[in-house]
Amino acid sequence: MFYREAGLFKTSYAADQAVFPIPQDRYFILGVLIIAYVAVPLLIEDYWLNAVMLPFLVYSLAALGLNLLTGYCGLLSLGTGGFLAVGAYTAYKMMTAFPGLDMIFVLLTSGTVTALVGLLFGLPSLRIKGFYVAVATLAAQFFLIWLFYKVGWFYNYNATGQITVTPGYSFGVLVTSQKAEPAAKYLFVLSVVVVFALIAKNIIRGRIGRMWMAVRDQDIAAELIGIRPFPTKLSAFAASSFFIGVAGAMIFANWLGAAESGETFGINESFLVLFMIIIGGLGSILGSFLGAGFMTLMPILLKNTLVDYFGLTAVFAKHMEIMMMGVLIVFFLIVEPNGLARLWQIVKEKLRLWPFPH
Amino acid sequence: MFFLETVISGLLAGVMYALVALGFVLIFKASGVFNFAQGVMALFAGLTLVGLMTGTIPITHLTNDALAMPGWLAIIATIAIMMVLAFAIERLILRHLVNQEHIILFMSTLGLAYVLEGAGDILWGSDVKVLDLGLPQGASDWLLDNWGLYVEKIELVAALTAGILVAVLAVFFQKTRIGRALRAVADDHQAALSVGISLRTIWVIVWSVAGVVALVAGVMWGSKSGIQFSLSLIALKALPVLILGGFESIPGAIVGGLIIGVGEKLAEVYGGPIIGGAIENWFAYMLALAFLLFRPQGLFGEKIIERV
Amino acid sequence: MNAKTKTSKKAASAPKDANGSGAAQKTARDVLLSVEHVSLSFGGVKAIRDVSFDIRKSEIRAIIGPNGAGKTSMLNVINGFYHPQEGTITYKGEKRSQMRPHDAASHGIARTFQNVALFRGMSTLDNIMTGRSLKMGKPIWWQVLHYGPARQEELKNREFVEHIIDFLEIEAIRRTPVGRLPYGLQKRVELGRALAMEPELLLLDEPMAGMNLEEKEDMSRFIIDVNEQFGTTIALIEHDMGVVMDLSDRVAVLDYGQLIADGTPAQVQKNQDVIDAYLGVAH
Repeated sequence: MFYREAGLFKTSYAADQAVFPIPQDRYFILGVLIIAYVAVPLLIEDYWLNAVMLPFLVYSLAALGLNLLTGYCGLLSLGTGGFLAVGAYTAYKMMTAFPGLDMIFVLLTSGTVTALVGLLFGLPSLRIKGFYVAVATLAAQFFLIWLFYKVGWFYNYNATGQITVTPGYSFGVLVTSQKAEPAAKYLFVLSVVVVFALIAKNIIRGRIGRMWMAVRDQDIAAELIGIRPFPTKLSAFAASSFFIGVAGAMIFANWLGAAESGETFGINESFLVLFMIIIGGLGSILGSFLGAGFMTLMPILLKNTLVDYFGLTAVFAKHMEIMMMGVLIVFFLIVEPNGLARLWQIVKEKLRLWPFPH
Repeated sequence: MFFLETVISGLLAGVMYALVALGFVLIFKASGVFNFAQGVMALFAGLTLVGLMTGTIPITHLTNDALAMPGWLAIIATIAIMMVLAFAIERLILRHLVNQEHIILFMSTLGLAYVLEGAGDILWGSDVKVLDLGLPQGASDWLLDNWGLYVEKIELVAALTAGILVAVLAVFFQKTRIGRALRAVADDHQAALSVGISLRTIWVIVWSVAGVVALVAGVMWGSKSGIQFSLSLIALKALPVLILGGFESIPGAIVGGLIIGVGEKLAEVYGGPIIGGAIENWFAYMLALAFLLFRPQGLFGEKIIERV
Repeated sequence: MNAKTKTSKKAASAPKDANGSGAAQKTARDVLLSVEHVSLSFGGVKAIRDVSFDIRKSEIRAIIGPNGAGKTSMLNVINGFYHPQEGTITYKGEKRSQMRPHDAASHGIARTFQNVALFRGMSTLDNIMTGRSLKMGKPIWWQVLHYGPARQEELKNREFVEHIIDFLEIEAIRRTPVGRLPYGLQKRVELGRALAMEPELLLLDEPMAGMNLEEKEDMSRFIIDVNEQFGTTIALIEHDMGVVMDLSDRVAVLDYGQLIADGTPAQVQKNQDVIDAYLGVAH
């Protein structure tokens, strides 16, 4: 009875199509943003930053990107790792070639380059559908990882083959490398993610989002309506890759500080992000965040309970983690294929009635 | 001469791929699911086999010679365990996902792969294990002396085994009642149910057979290079094999495997120096990609006609 | 309700009296689409053999025939989803050997499907909005901001779609995911999606299939209203003979991929070949 739409009458289509039509939702999001922008920076320190907040944020962005392609447009992609790598290596080249460049531009360049690469590997989707597109993305994954490993130009020919981040500034504040303030890194990454989440929402609720979903659900009927499947799929690849590229750049520059092609961005990364959107909810922006949060926290929780509390070995915890991921995937697919986002929706629906039973 | 050796080496590697791909085809034919866990099943089967043969107690990794079994007994026991596994998979996973979209089923096998991998690690440990079933090791002397070709005996054994397995499976699918039922289930779950085919029984059978195939693959690979984690990555390689051969064709799996095997080796040996090594990592996928563009149904698959 | 439908039917049947003289008034009208000597095969199966007929502007043309006669395939050819091996399609004066789906859509051909092909992941409103896709095209920069031109376009098209929702009386299910709607309502939403394209030629593939009497009356009313209010030409595949006789101006009958009769409902009803085809007499 406190959370409801009854009594809320929209007098214009614009009001009806707002992002948060229900006032309680608006206040909730506002609250979350206030906590995120004000409370967290005051409390944050290195461990939480690097173990929880940064991975949560960057993976949310990556998951969001993958969700655009796989969740909203129905094209399964196993190449997320490779595209993250493109973003990271582009950032590296940009930062080493143009040291004074503001990080915003570095990120935008990473996104654009990754979008172009994504377009390239999306070309096969002209002829192949759904599940088989996954093969094209697998090819992308293995090829890109090999490329960044083999071709010295990408890591400036240094001996280790690894890329390490140089100091990067945004609006005059240091946001990369270890010398940066945790709060600075955090606020930078947070802002980028918030902006991109808003962009994603706008795309989805508009013409382009509908085209993606139409091609996902009934590509033949969509074509007969006049939606050309091929350009639509390409646009999904481009948008998705842009997001993932930016995420990759931030993984390298703001979070890890260093990366090595196969180790950091191997096929396991692709699966990790895929699991995030499955658990979080395919075709849901909120789901991307929930899934990323879940997968970021789970290893930590497992480690804390199994290793610290039960005293088992870290290796065991790692294996348990792998098993748990598998179990959770299967569990969610059976019980709630629409993931945590749908569970959240169900909670909200119950809230609409609370405290009444029906 | 070197060319011939490379080709033969590729063919034999291809046979190994084909063995794993066979398991995929079986499950795909019968349930329309691309079982991503097939590779991990091979790993799991191999691990169980070695564990039984050395008498290792699971989880504790203690070897107790008293529990060790001779090779032949271990194989039978492993087959039994794989059947139990198939039963469990049907009960816990497949039963609940009847008539879901293929992409959901695929992702559940992804989850299954992770479960089996984690379980395998916990039960038997993640170090490389040696599998010694008394299969011939080393290079074939006859070929080496008479033809100057270096070919490992184990790979010849694998080729022979694959051939027998394929023949048996082909007969099984085409001639038997169960084979027919399997094909019906692959087409449409609900339709098969409505003619009285028990999905559950079919699935347990199929996954058991796939488990046995996985065991054979695991044994062959394991005898050659030891039972190790990379076995589970074979699943990824099988995807290009199936695209080339067609997802539902048993001969296709063999031919596809051979082509990929030879192609990879040739690309590595002849293309490697030009582009820079380790082409093997991505060559198979690029080849599959090319196939998808020009002949999506593979060499042996059926052309798909869409209805609206 | 009944009085209303009866009135619609009366109004509709007034110009189409039993002996077909009403049809004579329309012979002077232009031909909107015609197919000439179209043949279509899939491998060895000949779905359509040398079929020629035309559809005149603003008429309601029924295509009937036993199951498997090639009716849906014919619609698919008109849509551009199937490409005939022989024959030509002339639409609005332009002759071509095959249609392309995007061409068909952008030149005003819309379609509903035998097995409802709605976008299940979206609501009723969104489904009908997809029908406006060809009319919307503001670039991505504005989309991303959801401001300015993109927003104006979105609101303008929303208004148009709301008119369709009013017309079809589906306001209450605007936000419901279509997967949850009963079959009859889904068909109505699909009609809405087709109407959103502002089509000149509307292809309806068994729009009444699986409906009860009341739903059929509703759907008939909508079809007649679309034809009379908007002047939309309608090609209709239907099995319910009562509906066919009442609604259509002319009927084409297909059997085993061939055209066996073509004329007014009254003429077709008396045609011996048609009767044989439906009774299953071997021929």
